[in-house]
Amino acid sequence: MREVELLVVGGGPAGLSAAAEAAGMGASVLVVDSGPRLGGQLIKQTHKFFGSRDEHAGTRGFKIAEMLMEEIAGRSEKVETMTDTTVVGYYREDGTVSLTCGEEEYFLVKPRKMVIAAGAQERLIPFPGNDLPGVYGAGAVQTLMNVYGVVPGRKVLMVGAGNIGIIVAYQLIQAGVEVAAVVEATPRVGGYWVHAAKIRRLGVPIHLMHSIKRALGEESLEGAAVMGLDDKFRPTGSEFTVDCDTICLAVGLTPTVELLWQAGCKMKYVPQLCGYVPVRDLNLRTTNHDIWVAGDSSGIEEASSAMVEGRLAGFGAAAALGYKPRPGRYESFVARLDHLRAGEVCDKIRAGLECVICEGGSDDVFYE
Amino acid sequence: MSASSAKEVATMSFTNDELLYNSGVLTGPRDGVAMPGEEAWKAKRGGYVVIECPQRIPCNPCHTSCPTGAVLPFADINDVPKVDYSKCTGCARCVAKCPGLACFVVDLAWKEGWALMKLPYEILPKPVKGMEVDCLDRQGRIVFRSSIEQVLEPFKDRTFVVAVPVPYGLKDDVRAVRVVG
Amino acid sequence: MDLIESHPILEFGHGRTVSFTFDGRAMEGFEGEPIAVALHANGVKVYRYSPEAHRPRGFFCAIGKCSSCFMVVDGVPNVRTCVTPLKEGMAVMTQHGRGSVPMQEKGGEQGA
Repeated sequence: MREVELLVVGGGPAGLSAAAEAAGMGASVLVVDSGPRLGGQLIKQTHKFFGSRDEHAGTRGFKIAEMLMEEIAGRSEKVETMTDTTVVGYYREDGTVSLTCGEEEYFLVKPRKMVIAAGAQERLIPFPGNDLPGVYGAGAVQTLMNVYGVVPGRKVLMVGAGNIGIIVAYQLIQAGVEVAAVVEATPRVGGYWVHAAKIRRLGVPIHLMHSIKRALGEESLEGAAVMGLDDKFRPTGSEFTVDCDTICLAVGLTPTVELLWQAGCKMKYVPQLCGYVPVRDLNLRTTNHDIWVAGDSSGIEEASSAMVEGRLAGFGAAAALGYKPRPGRYESFVARLDHLRAGEVCDKIRAGLECVICEGGSDDVFYE
Repeated sequence: MSASSAKEVATMSFTNDELLYNSGVLTGPRDGVAMPGEEAWKAKRGGYVVIECPQRIPCNPCHTSCPTGAVLPFADINDVPKVDYSKCTGCARCVAKCPGLACFVVDLAWKEGWALMKLPYEILPKPVKGMEVDCLDRQGRIVFRSSIEQVLEPFKDRTFVVAVPVPYGLKDDVRAVRVVG
Repeated sequence: MDLIESHPILEFGHGRTVSFTFDGRAMEGFEGEPIAVALHANGVKVYRYSPEAHRPRGFFCAIGKCSSCFMVVDGVPNVRTCVTPLKEGMAVMTQHGRGSVPMQEKGGEQGA
């Protein structure tokens, strides 16, 4: 059984930021990620990020991942990382964590503190033929084309016009793939208007108040039947067929929270945060006082807020381990999160967060 | 509820313009945005920037990248961008920096009867001066065939600014190009 | 392989090319990249058939969470091909149903 000071579950923007911050304060950290590479969803993002300078606005997502990994590499005496490593269990009796590496290796770790930054999973909407090869999650298509350089398909129907749907549609165009259409059930795109404008002017139709009715094909996808909806999401009767060999589902994410349940954290279903999330204090400590949460696991939001949450959580865990806070950093993280969340596009997020913030624990060590 | 009374439940309907706007197409001039007058614009070497970013989102690289302060500082990072045209030089740095590709420079002094459009470009093929391009409006409809007059890469980060001449009358329509063939 | 030849933003670095087989057919892929990615690049999109209704299944989530991409790899069924790295000489087979694990009888003889 291996003892570690801080175990960070998830090596995406939130996890890497938490590890960097905690290591910067002197904690020794083990970061584990179930995928083959660190960087989470950032490594697939070719577009330039929004936000302010602090969140690397104007820098491409995959470059931000490189910057975070450089910061971690610069603290290699304090941060160890393991990929292809999945945390599979948390034992409440004594806080032991079980992990698998690849398909064969199994081992135990006893962390003193944990940051859970396990991100999110794609949702699925049910429709006939939704299990046909050729129907993929949007994130999966991004992985194929942006990480491995493989053509995901020739002609794509994108279902969902949230940020993921319209960004991936643009990335498909960049990869030389034709986007036949985007369908969106609501009367407006859910993502940023400018992301939609980018693909509209390249000739991609966005059919609002439409959804997928059925995927067509026997062994694999050959086309899609699309239907019109009214404002109550009832079919209007209007239908048309889209010629495509790939359907990309970008219909929402849900936080990955199994470990938090196992750890006995108090959880709450919050629609605005897109699922079950842990109750937490303002410093992202859950009701299990050895566990912090950051990033999409705390509620579906953005990479920019995930990075700041990661800093806060790493800070909190390191401070609870007894490491000295570096002056001004805590205040800057809180201020940055407030700024990022101040606008109308974050009304939903703020409303959701109000449902899950609790009082801090009695052993908060860093409030003066 | 019976089937017939279910049909009678009022449904909201949306105008075509509303749906068009909601799908990412600007349908008219934005409220409260002052543009330079036509004469001033026709006299301005290098052109002026037009920023089509009507939604309040947390983002300000247009301001931080502007070397002259023409894109004004954001009191709140969620504000929509505002331009002081007396300072705009048409350098197109914001065109290359904007994550939403929402900035365009329109140069009406380049040649009588023409508008030289400086547009962001991040797709293949790599743009080269002289290449033939289809000029697209905000809905992706081809409205003109032109050729690339100049290619810039202000930040050497693979976002190009392509300068493409279009007839003066299309200056408010053309917002993208695609290389022909 | 169906690879993206050029990209306006990204440059793709691949490891060394290795040979593997899919249902006995010789194929090539890049060492260390997920098996499912190598199959996709070779135009193979059907990875298994579901146990009850024999429906074709393939790539879906790409993060090892949905079970759509299970295949039999080197005799082992239910391998999550979307997160399992390709190795030289791997034998990848379409999985039919739940797959079966060769059991070893007492005395070391293989069971059904």
